[in-house]
Amino acid sequence: MNTLGILARAEFQEGLRNRWVLASIVILATLAFSLALLGSTPIGETRASPMSVTTVSLASLSIYLIPLIALTLSFDAIIGEQERGSLLLLLSYPVARWQVIAGKFCGHLAILATAIVLGYGAAGIYIGLQNATAPEDWRLFIRMMASSLLLGAVFMALGYLISVLVSARATAVGAVMALWLFIVVLYDLLLLGVLLADSEHMLSSSLLGSLIAFNPADAYRLFNLAGSEAASMVSGTAGLLEQSMLEPWMFIGILLLWTLLPLLLALLVFQRQEL
Amino acid sequence: MNAAEQLLMNAINMQGVGKRYGDHQVISELDLSIASGESLAIIGHNGAGKTTLMKLILGLARPSSGRIELWNQAVNGGSLQGRDSIGFLPEAVSFHGGLSGRDMLRFYARLKGETPGQCDELLELLGLSDAAGRAIRTYSKGMRQRLGLAQALLGKPRLLLLDEPTSGLDPFLRQHFYDIIAQRQAAGATILISSHALTEIEAQTNRIAIMKNGRIIIDGSLSQLRAAAALPVQIVLTAAPGQRDALFEKLARERGVNRVGSEQCELLCSDTDKVSLLHRISAPQYAIEDIQVNPPRLDDLYAYFVNSDEQP
Repeated sequence: MNTLGILARAEFQEGLRNRWVLASIVILATLAFSLALLGSTPIGETRASPMSVTTVSLASLSIYLIPLIALTLSFDAIIGEQERGSLLLLLSYPVARWQVIAGKFCGHLAILATAIVLGYGAAGIYIGLQNATAPEDWRLFIRMMASSLLLGAVFMALGYLISVLVSARATAVGAVMALWLFIVVLYDLLLLGVLLADSEHMLSSSLLGSLIAFNPADAYRLFNLAGSEAASMVSGTAGLLEQSMLEPWMFIGILLLWTLLPLLLALLVFQRQEL
Repeated sequence: MNAAEQLLMNAINMQGVGKRYGDHQVISELDLSIASGESLAIIGHNGAGKTTLMKLILGLARPSSGRIELWNQAVNGGSLQGRDSIGFLPEAVSFHGGLSGRDMLRFYARLKGETPGQCDELLELLGLSDAAGRAIRTYSKGMRQRLGLAQALLGKPRLLLLDEPTSGLDPFLRQHFYDIIAQRQAAGATILISSHALTEIEAQTNRIAIMKNGRIIIDGSLSQLRAAAALPVQIVLTAAPGQRDALFEKLARERGVNRVGSEQCELLCSDTDKVSLLHRISAPQYAIEDIQVNPPRLDDLYAYFVNSDEQP
């Protein structure tokens, strides 16, 4: 087995052992099932299928939850090993630093993927069995799961960057909390504030759209809520996408960039670091 | 490069090596070479630079000045060349607590490209077979230290870097530990051990280097160190019953004479005068029942070198 695979496997097994995998599955499954049950309650006349209702509501909650799980998994990756003294030992082995970052990242990503596939997937299958579900609804649900993993990858990469930048574990905890709060909560509020202050309409709607899409959490939201006709009908975000003049694939591109750049930066910092 | 060629070259060569972290000069102007198959113990206080020295040799820290070579190859942090020939035991390592000792060792074996088969052998060698399946968090400090040594021995490395390897080991395990190291040395491995106690290293290594403030202040075999320090030998004489004070009078002109207890006198003499002094005082008129010769203790040697090095 190659070095990258060995490191990824060790990280995944560590996740199994310390119940991280189990906890994430339980959290995501609980969330998905409660939404699925809510979504299938007949409240009123709706043209949308239960599956698409659940997809939309699950996506809007994943924006908060998935980054949180990803950051919690990743912030410790380097600084934790450094504080335990095991990083020194690991790097004395024939292991390149990029392999350490990439291997751990793959392992952590596998943990998140397992949690999403099992947690969300189980709820998806449940809805599918309860209701007549069109293939299009399935496609959207799977799309939502895949983009959730990508959203997780973004925050994992950011967590790694923090993990190599800080000099103490406690600092990393504070930093990831602040990061989560800013990207997931404050950014939108700030934009809203700017929008309210901008009574002269100096901000073009395309600029506003780009500003929104630049935020990975919003890119994820737009991709899932406005990316398809059915979903935007349910969530009422159809207008937003038109204003941003962005294609759905661009959101994926934004998420990929937000994954690769922080990861690359983390690697560069780690590469120059002395122990 | 074959094994015979490696034997002829130095395992480690350091020339004018300095290491500075910010304003703090941790290592300065350090020259050190260790021949293949030699064992060297580096002794020094905490903070003398022993751990930094190991990091430099491993390429995990970059020297601020000077040059470091392993088997005539310059050490380069970015290159993994030679890494699989090194076994390293860091100071105070803690492993993933949830993993069993066997799984941990197998993980490191795979990283080194070794077969996991030798893990059980190593666990056996270090007396960890019974605990191999248990989580490491249940291990005592000594067991963790032995597990640490087991990973350092994976793949029969040609160079062993052991940072404070015997901390947490009881005297019996310590002896066992040094036996294992001696076997590896006999098989051709080069050994570099750091320790803060000279007493522990006695008779375990060919060569001892004392480090202080990032410099090696003396380097040589134990007898060379003794000769360089020229510390006096202590001689304790037991007088015949009731003759102690008479003995003391006769010895009055000797160096450092003292009465000890009710029957003994002690005196000091240089190592070179020892034999002639013993000849003289074994004459019948001294009425001596017993002679005990105490060469300087290792602690005294260490204290002497550390204190006599008066660098600002």
